[in-house]
Parts: sequence; structure tokens; C-alpha cells
Amino acid sequence: MSGVVLALLLVQGVGGVDRTKPPTLAPPPALKLPPVRTTTLPNGLELAVVEIHKVPVVDISLVLDAGAVRDPANLPGLATFTATMLQQGAGRRSALDIADEAAFLGAQLSSAAGFDVATVSLHVPKRRLAAALDLLSDVVLHPTFPDSEVTRQRELRRTQLIQQRDEPTQVASVAFPAIVYGAAHPYGRPLAGNDSSVTGLSRERVVAFYASFYRPNIARLLMVGDVTLDEARQLVTARFGAWARGDAPATAVGAAPQPSPRTIYLIDKPGAAQSVMRIGHVGPPRGTPDYFALQVLNTILGGAFTSRLNQNLRETHGYTYGAGSQFALRRAGGPFVAQASVVTAKTDSALIEFLKELRRIRDEAVPAAELEKAKQYINLGLPGDFETTAGAAFRFRDLLVYGLPLDYFSGYADRINAVTAADVQRVAQRYIDPDRFDIVIVGDRGQIEAGLKALNEGPIVYRDLWGQVLP
Amino acid sequence: MTLRTLCPALVLLLSCAPLAAQSLRVPYETFTLPNGLQVIVHEDHSVPVVSVNIWYHVGSGDERAGRTGFAHLFEHIMFMGSQHVPTGEFDKLLEAAGGDNNGSTTEDRTNYFEDAPANALPLMLWLDSDRMGFLVPEITAEKVDLQRGVVQNERRQSYENRPYGLADENILKRLYPPSHPYNWPVIGSMTDLSAATLEDVRNFFRTYYTPNNATLTIAGDVTARDARQLAQRYFGDIPRGPTVTRPTPPPVVLPGDVYATLEDRVQTPRVYNAWHTQKAFAPDDAGLDVLANVLAGGRSSRLYRRLVYELQVASDVVAFQDGSRLDGKFELWVTARPGHALGELQRVVDEEVRKVADAGPTLREVQRAQNTFEAQFLSRMERVGSFGGKADQLGFYAYFVGTPDYFQRDLDRYLKVTPADVQRIARDYLANAHRVILSVVPQGKPELAVQAPVQP
Repeated sequence: MSGVVLALLLVQGVGGVDRTKPPTLAPPPALKLPPVRTTTLPNGLELAVVEIHKVPVVDISLVLDAGAVRDPANLPGLATFTATMLQQGAGRRSALDIADEAAFLGAQLSSAAGFDVATVSLHVPKRRLAAALDLLSDVVLHPTFPDSEVTRQRELRRTQLIQQRDEPTQVASVAFPAIVYGAAHPYGRPLAGNDSSVTGLSRERVVAFYASFYRPNIARLLMVGDVTLDEARQLVTARFGAWARGDAPATAVGAAPQPSPRTIYLIDKPGAAQSVMRIGHVGPPRGTPDYFALQVLNTILGGAFTSRLNQNLRETHGYTYGAGSQFALRRAGGPFVAQASVVTAKTDSALIEFLKELRRIRDEAVPAAELEKAKQYINLGLPGDFETTAGAAFRFRDLLVYGLPLDYFSGYADRINAVTAADVQRVAQRYIDPDRFDIVIVGDRGQIEAGLKALNEGPIVYRDLWGQVLP
Repeated sequence: MTLRTLCPALVLLLSCAPLAAQSLRVPYETFTLPNGLQVIVHEDHSVPVVSVNIWYHVGSGDERAGRTGFAHLFEHIMFMGSQHVPTGEFDKLLEAAGGDNNGSTTEDRTNYFEDAPANALPLMLWLDSDRMGFLVPEITAEKVDLQRGVVQNERRQSYENRPYGLADENILKRLYPPSHPYNWPVIGSMTDLSAATLEDVRNFFRTYYTPNNATLTIAGDVTARDARQLAQRYFGDIPRGPTVTRPTPPPVVLPGDVYATLEDRVQTPRVYNAWHTQKAFAPDDAGLDVLANVLAGGRSSRLYRRLVYELQVASDVVAFQDGSRLDGKFELWVTARPGHALGELQRVVDEEVRKVADAGPTLREVQRAQNTFEAQFLSRMERVGSFGGKADQLGFYAYFVGTPDYFQRDLDRYLKVTPADVQRIARDYLANAHRVILSVVPQGKPELAVQAPVQP
């Protein structure tokens, strides 16, 4: 790169500077990624290693098919609770011992669950790797789930559920999927559970969930950083080699409900300074062949600072500190959502602008320059995503979870470049349907209801803080 | 710290101190252009990206009464276009080159970064130099009004519509007298934001946004030679500005404990303790970080163990030392579980602080904190860009200690702390010192607040 810049300087002359137009740039650097190398232990545990040796740290993630889609319908919160409970006692270690030892090793140890998978992760200086892996394997293989800890964590969660209701953005994040999917679909149930399910989080349920789904044959262990495949294989085999396979039944995620005509769901937060808005419906799964077109579409619509939603609602109108959109791509179709927190007095005006942009992206082909900017932003930003071990792990993890080829990123830019304006319009029309939007607004009903009614963009329905029908 | 755009991952990191293991070295070159701009260059060719990070030596601490929040409002205006960069183009050109950017304002300084593929460096410098040298002609009342609206929404989103969000400004106004520039929060007040005029914007720019009041750091896949030439090329002709004088208020001492109660739309009350301590990099600043870790750093800390784990009267505890240019403060927060009044929690806080002051922490507790910090320093070496990356850190050290590659010496401050230091620090700065005690309670429940002792 350095030679190129220098050549440019000589051409332009070092004296004056032409400020009237942006400098012409040399071609961007090529994406050069370290390879992912994998091996599978006899018990089915897939080990993947990405060597990055610039800083002596290692980032480890164990990803298990033990997400909230496994929750019994009447016990939402069990997957996330089980993940939390791993760290509350393991082998001879108590909950406090585990926390103390992780901190003493300078290791960040965490365990959490999303809808599709649970992840136990560890970020640690290289020289403490072996000791930290001892701790990690204890937590994963020998959790003791003491009764006293189950009670303690259950009561803590009860408090957190109360606190969540004070936070309007969290209320919206629970209510929106509840309304879009309903309680019969796992994506419609709250990850942390609710007031009634928290009572059912017992030791027996945790033990059973753990025994079924914390198994090597439905897990992958990704190590990124200052480690080699041979070294990793040795370290991992010694600790996870005896982990017994299990017969985890496949979980069938049922079909999402048929979308209903556009409706505004109002959740009252008296005195709120802003209205938290979530607009969308069920979207496609990660496996969609339209993945690349969707990346470009969303970058244009709401995935970057200069995206249409942010430019309109923030930079043109000043209604919000930020607006955006996303397709939550999961194994089954996750939600498409456009969102912002807007000043209470402009809630109706903000909804007009949201709907305008969400219709325009379907109705008009995207201009060439805007399409090009989005594609460049996605492609040229790719190298930066792999700068840190944690950043690289975040990108590589997807390949393992969704069964994508290990050289996936080498063809990524070409597939983004192949997306046309017609593709963007086609996927917008296919995956964004303003006539079927669920519009969820958490705000001060007394201040915003009349304005929303006057828009005549759909019936207004009232819901509680969980997105459920009011009694 | 107040940011131009919200970055959720970062918000979580703010309460974490930094980390490393071997000797940390970030080789750099530095030089000063004739107009006074200090330039720092660091080569890291591991990934083909480059980061540009400018620190302007101005923050909310330079604001005047009636104009609180102005430094941060100005930060937003810096993205609204300059003489050769039409409104909106700053972000568009950068995104089209694969780059990202953000800005942040604190009491003491304002910074701006761009991260992009290495070939985009001339573009980044063209953009940043244009707004340093050619902003004034383009500032209009419309632009100011628009970003005023955005910032007022930032205040609503991050403070007013967030549980406990107004605690900070209620602490500051009790910890500092109105004459001290840390008396108000960086975000400012709604009234003052509304009062800012076009003339305020122009004057502020002419006074503070000058090459002689800034430090430019370029880090990443570039040679020092190219970076130097480009910096000269784009920034060399910007005229020097007036010499900046900044407030130097006398040290602040609280004459007594200050109790206050704030009713908020929350269901669980929270108590905040705040003490005056030491400035950034002053003696005991690092020891105060270690003390914060011993008291409330994670689940193995003393207060977590007592309040959350054993007594089960609290849902979380937080403690941190916040050293700034003019002063430092130590804060300690505890959130109650339903059914528990704050006085009950506060008694345990006082007991635990007293125990550290009387008997000190164990050696293992201090080592645990040191290992945690060391690991954080190390992971920070992985990235050149964004907030907290190497470019930002070089600018940070240049600003506070005058030596850009201060990484290892900064870590050494932590590694030198002994249990006896922590004991003395707990005694002198916390146990035997006055503080602000702010109770945030549900509306209509003032009885849950920590009660001031009855005066004799």
C-alpha cells in the first residue's frame, strides 16, 4: 500500500493541495484471511482453529445447539438459565471460586444462549491458556447446579425481569417478537422468560436440559489467536475427549404464523420522553439464497450511518439519535425490523417517514451510486472485521453454526458485487411487506395516540409490557 | 463520555479498565507541523486498515454557564460539511471507501476517528483537514438547529428515557460548585442546548479547533514516511490559531456528606456514592482502580459477594475510579432487590469499605485485579482503530502524560500497587472522606432512600 500512496503524491506534487475534489485513491487492498482449519474428535466435537499470532491472546467459543428453540413452550428462559447456571458451580469449584479463578487468570469467561445456539466463551492471554481451558472444561463438562445456586439465580432473574420493564427499549425488544410470532413459536417467547416461567426454573429442569443438549456431537469449539491446530487439538482432546455423545433430538421449529394486516400495537409508558418504535414482520432464514442481496438491501435501507432510515429520521428531520433496520437471520426465519427511539411529539411524523422509506425501497429501483456505495461499504469493510481475535471469531462462528463452507469469505465480495439494483428491488418486494407490518410503539399513550389515529395507517391495539393482550 | 452515534458494545466497556503480559511496545514517530499540529504515526501492517484519530484539547469543561452541552453539540456539527465537502458527503465518501467513523466528547477533550482500508488514507486526511481548516463558511443556522434536535434526542434516549439516567447530573452538581467546569454533564441541559447560537458555534471553532490545539494520530498499514508527507500535505496550510487558555479551578473539597434523593420511573431503588479522589495519572489513580476492582469488579469482588450473593439484597454493584484532567472521582453504585430499602445496602457498603481501610485487601485480591488489568491491556493491542484502539490510546497518552507510547508504563502503575497501598487509599479517599450519597427511588417512595443522620 505504501508505494501506491507515494506514487500518488508524486503525481499530485507535494507543494499545494487540491481541496476541490476528493483525492483519487489507489485500489483497495485485497482481503487476505488466515485459513480456518478443522478436525473432529472421535466423540463428534468439531474443532476449528484460526491462527492469528500478532498478540499473545486466544479467543475461544464453544457453540452448542442448546438455544432457546429448545425451551419447552411453557418454560421460556430455560436455555438462557442453564447457560447461566454452568458458572454457578462445577467440579470442586463453587460459583465464587469460578469467578475468582477466571479473574485471577485474566480470563473473560461467559456463557449465554440465543435462540439457535448457546455459547460458552473465553478470552485469555496465551500464557494462561491451559489453566483457563481447565476452568472452561469444568464449567462445560462438570457443572453441579447446586440447589442453593438455582434458587439464588432464579431470584436474581426475577429482579432482572422487573428491572427490564423500566427500560423502554427492552420492553420493545420483548414485545415486538411476542406480537410478530406469538407464544406458540419459540422466536416469540422471551429469551429470559417471564414472571410465571421463572418460577418453574428448577434444578430438575436445568439438569435435564443440560443432559440432553450439552453434547459434543452438537457442538463446535472455535479457537482464534495465538495457537496452532496441533496445539489446540492436544489441549482440547485432553479436556473434552471423554465428553460423551448424546442423543439430542432435532428440534423442529414450527412455521411462523401467517402475517396479519398492518396494525399498530401501543404499549403505554406514561411520561416517556421518547417513543420506542419497532416495525416489521417475519423475515427469511439464514439459509436463504437471497442472503447477499439482503445484505446490500439492508445496508441501503438501515444498516449504516448513511442508510436511508438514518438519513431521513436523524439527519433530515432530527426526530431521533439514530434509526436503522435489520434482518435477524437465524436457522428459521427471524424477524425483519426497522427501529428508532423518537421524540414523543414526533411519533406520528416519524411513522410517516418510516413507512415512506419502507415503501420506496420496494417501489423504486436503487440509484447506481447508492447501490455502489453500499456494496463498497460491505466489501471494503470486511478486512477490519478480522482485525481482532474476537472480531474474527464472531465472523467465523457463523460458518460453523450455519454449515457454510470454510472458504466462504474468499468468495464473499464477488457475490456482493454481483447484486444488481433489480435484485435489491426484488428482495425488498419479497421480504418487506408494509401491508403486513406489526408496528410496536412503547410510549406515552396520552401524548401520541391521537396523532397515530389520525394517520389512518391501521387499527390501534393496546398491549401490556410483554406484548400480550391487556386483561 | 458522549458519542456522536450510539455504539452499544462500547457502552458496556466503559466501566472496564484496560490490559497485557510481555513488555508492551507501540513504536511511533512524532513531529509538529509549523502551525503547531502534533502528529503521531504508528505502523502496524498486520491487517490492511488504517485509523486516523484527532484529539482536540477542548471539552465540556471549557464551556461557560448557560451553554452547557455545547462542546458535544459542536462535535455533531463537525460532520455537517465544510467548504469543500458538501453536507452529507463526509459520511458518504467514507462509507463508499469502506470506512467508518465516530466522535466523542468528554469533560476534557473531543476526538474524531475514521477507520478504513489503507488505500483510503488520503481521503480520510482530506476530510479531516477540511473541517479543521474550512468549517466556518459552511456553518448555518439550519445545520445547528438540525444537530441540536439530534443531540436533544440523544439526551432523551440516553438519559431522560433511561432508568437512573439522570443520576449523573444530580451527582455532579453536588460534587462540584457551580464555578467548577465539572459541575454539569457533557450532554448539557435542554435549556442550554436550545440557547446555543450561530455566533457561539463560530467563536468556539475559532478558539479551539485549531492545529495548535490538536493531536493527529495515524496508525495502521502505512509507512511513517508516507504518513508524514500526507499529514503535511493536507494539514500544513491550515493557519495557527490563538493560544488557548483553559480553566484551572482550585481543588474541590466537600465540607461534609451530602445526601440527596431523586424520584425516577424505576421499580428498584439504587444508591450512588461519589467521592473526590485524584486526577488521571496522579499518584493513587491506578491504586483507586485496583480498589474499585477489589470492591465491585465482578462476581468475586467483596461487595458482590456480600450484597448479591450472600445477603441477596442487591441485584448488582458497580465501582470505578474516574480520573480526569482537573479532578478525579470514585463512584460506587448498588441496586436493591425489590423489598429492600437503600439504607440496608448502604450499611453493608460502609462496613466493607471500612474493612478494606482497616485490614487491607489480600495479596491475591490485588494480584487478581492486576492480572485482569494486564489481560485488558494486552487485548487492547489487537486493534488500531475505533475508541480504545492503538491510535486512540496514543492520542490519549500524548494528551495526559505527553508520551504517546506509555502503554507499558501505564500498566506498570497497576503492577506496582500493593495491598498496603489499597488499604491506605480506601482509608484516605473513601472511609475517612466526605461524599455525595444520591438515592434514586421509585416515584412516591422517598422512604426507601438512604436517610441522612440526624444532626446533633
